[in-house]
Amino acid sequence: MDNDIGLWAIPIAILGGAIRVSTPFLFVSLGEVLTERSGRINLGLEGTLVFGAMSGYAVACLTGSAWAGVAVAALAGAVFGLVHGLICSLPKVNDIAIGIAMMLLGMGLAFYFGKPFIQPVAPDLPSIPFGGWSGLPQLEAALNVNVLFLIGAALSVFFWWMLRSTRIGLILRVVGDSTDAARAMGLRPAIIRTLATGAGGAMAGVGGAYLSLYYPGSWNEGISSGQGLMAVALVIFARWNPIACFFAALLFGGAGALGPALQSVGVSSGYYLFYAAPYVLTLGVMIAISSPSRAMTGAPGELSLTK
Amino acid sequence: MADVTAMVQAGARAGAGEGWRAALARKSEAVVLPVGALLAGLAIFGFFLMTQGKSPAEFYGLVYKAGFGSWFSWQNTLSRAAPLLFAALCVALPARLGLVVIGGEGAIVLGGVAAGALGVVLSGASSWVGLPLMALAAALVGGLWIGTVGALRHYRGVNETIASLLMSYIAIALMNHIVEGPLRDPASLNKPSTAPLPDALRVGNIPGAELHWGLPVGILCCILSWALIDRTTWGFAARIAGGNVRAAQVQGLPVGRLILGFTALGGAFAGLAGFFETSAVLGSANASLAAGYGFTGILIAFLARHNPLAIIPVACLLAGFEASSGLIQRRMDLPDATVLVLQGFVFVAILLSDALYGRFKIFTPERWRT
Repeated sequence: MDNDIGLWAIPIAILGGAIRVSTPFLFVSLGEVLTERSGRINLGLEGTLVFGAMSGYAVACLTGSAWAGVAVAALAGAVFGLVHGLICSLPKVNDIAIGIAMMLLGMGLAFYFGKPFIQPVAPDLPSIPFGGWSGLPQLEAALNVNVLFLIGAALSVFFWWMLRSTRIGLILRVVGDSTDAARAMGLRPAIIRTLATGAGGAMAGVGGAYLSLYYPGSWNEGISSGQGLMAVALVIFARWNPIACFFAALLFGGAGALGPALQSVGVSSGYYLFYAAPYVLTLGVMIAISSPSRAMTGAPGELSLTK
Repeated sequence: MADVTAMVQAGARAGAGEGWRAALARKSEAVVLPVGALLAGLAIFGFFLMTQGKSPAEFYGLVYKAGFGSWFSWQNTLSRAAPLLFAALCVALPARLGLVVIGGEGAIVLGGVAAGALGVVLSGASSWVGLPLMALAAALVGGLWIGTVGALRHYRGVNETIASLLMSYIAIALMNHIVEGPLRDPASLNKPSTAPLPDALRVGNIPGAELHWGLPVGILCCILSWALIDRTTWGFAARIAGGNVRAAQVQGLPVGRLILGFTALGGAFAGLAGFFETSAVLGSANASLAAGYGFTGILIAFLARHNPLAIIPVACLLAGFEASSGLIQRRMDLPDATVLVLQGFVFVAILLSDALYGRFKIFTPERWRT
C-alpha cells in the first residue's frame, strides 16, 4: 500500500487533531454554559482544568484505573466550582476577580500536589478506532476517537434538550435572566447559581483529566495553556447554546492542531506563530461578535460579563 | 452609581466640617480590612501547611530571614520588587476605571523584546542615548499592547479580562518566535536569546547596593500614578467613570480617551518592567522574560486596592515571599509551587473581605448615633 498521501496529510492531521484537541474545550465550555446560563461567570476554570488534570492523573497512577481518575477529577472540579459559587454568593464580591484568584489557587495547588506525579506513568483512557476501513494509517490515527469525546458530544445534545424542555433547564434560565423574576417564583438564585457553578467545575475537571490521561497524556506543569480560559470565550461565541459549543470546540481544536499538523509534515519556520493560532482565533471571534452598544443575543440577563 | 454618590456625600461631609474622628474611621477601614484579610490569608495558608505536616512558624520564620532579615536579603527582595511595581500598576490604573486587565505579562515580555532588539541596533550608542531610547521603545510597545485591550473594550465592547489574557499568550508566542527566529543570536545555544547587550546599554546598579535602577524608577512611577489619580482632574474623571460609566458620559467626560489613556499608561509601565528585566537583569531578551511577574502583579494591585502608593509596600512583601522560595524549598522540603498556593489563599481572602466593607459600626460614622 502506498502511504504517501502528500499534502493531504495536513487536513487529515488537522481533522484528527481537532477531535483530539477539542475534547477539553468541549467539556469546559459545556460546564460553563450551565454556569453562565444561571447568571454567573467562572473565569477560574483554567485553574480547575489544571487541578483536574493533576488529580485525575494522580488517582489513575495510584489506582491503576483511568476512570477512577476521571471521577476524582470531576469531584475535585465540583469542589472548586462550589467554593467559587459560595464566595460569589456574598454581597459586593466581584465574580470576575474571584475567578482570577481561584485560577491562581487551583494552579498553585495542582503544582504543589502534582510534583511527585511528573515522572510516573498512568493508564490511558480508552479510545475507539473508527478508521479501520480506510487502510490509511494517517486516517486511522485521526479517527481513533476517545470515549470522552463521544460522551461530550452526547452531553451537548442532552444539555441542549435539558435547557430547552425540562424543569431544571427552565429554572436555570429564569435565574440567569432575572434574579427578581426567580425570587418571585419562589426560587433561591444564590443556591441555584452555586450548584450550577459546581456542575460547571465538575465538567472542567473532567476536561482536565482528558488532558493528562489521553492527549497529551501526561502530567506536567505546562499541561494547559489557556484552554480553560479560551473555553469561556468559546461559550460567548456559541451564544450559550450547548450544540453550538460542540462545533465551536471542534473549530478551536482544529486551530490548536494547526501547529502540530504543519510540524508533522516538516514545516518548521514560524512554528510558534502557528501555536498562537487558537488565541488569535479566539480574540478574532470575540472582536467579531462583541458590540459596544447592544446586548448579545442569547446572553443571560444577569451575566456580569456582558453588562 | 454608588461610588459617585459616596464621593458627593464625602464632599458634603467635608464641607459640613465632619469631625476628625469620623474621617479617621473612614480612612482606617481602608487599611484595617485589607491588612486583616492579608493576615487571614496567611493564617489559612498556615493551616494548609499544618495539614501537610509542616510548621507554619518555621515557614514564616524562614520568609522573614530570607526576605527581610538582613540588608543582603532586603537587596534580594527589593530587586524582585522592581518588576512587580510596574506589573501592579498595569492592573491598578485600568482598575480605577472599572476594567480588570490581567494581561500585563504580555506587555512585559514584548517590552523586554523591544528593548533587546533596539539594543542590538544601537550597539555602538552611548548609555545616555541608547538607554532612554530602549526604555521609550519598551514603554511604547507595552502601551500599544494594553492600549489595544482598552480600545477593543471601548470601541467593540470586547471583555478586557479575557482579551488581555489571550493577548498575553499571543505576546509570549511572538517573543518565542522572535528570539528563536529572526533575532536569534547564533551563539545562544541552550537558551535562544537576542544578541547580548553591550555594557553601555546595561542598566547598572545603584551605587553602594546590589540593586538596579528599576526599583527607584518603579517607586517614582507609583508616586506619579498616585498623583495622577488623586490630584488631577483626569484622575477625578477616571474615578467617576470607574464608579458609573453612564453617569460619566452624561456629564460629558471623555470616557473613551480615559480608557485608552489609562490602559496605555498601564501597559507602558509593564513595558518598562520588560526593559529593566532585559537591560538590567538578563542582558538580552529571552524566554526568561515570561517569569510570571504579570500574574503576581494582579494580586499586588488587588491587595493594594488599586492604590498606587499602597502598591509599594505590598510589592515588597510579595517579593519577599518569592525571594525566600529557594530557602524554603531546601530547608522545609516543599515544592516551588508553595508560594503560588500562598498567593492563591491570600488572593481569595482579600476578595472575600470586599463583602465586609460597611459592615463594622466602628468604621461607619453614619451608624454611630443609632
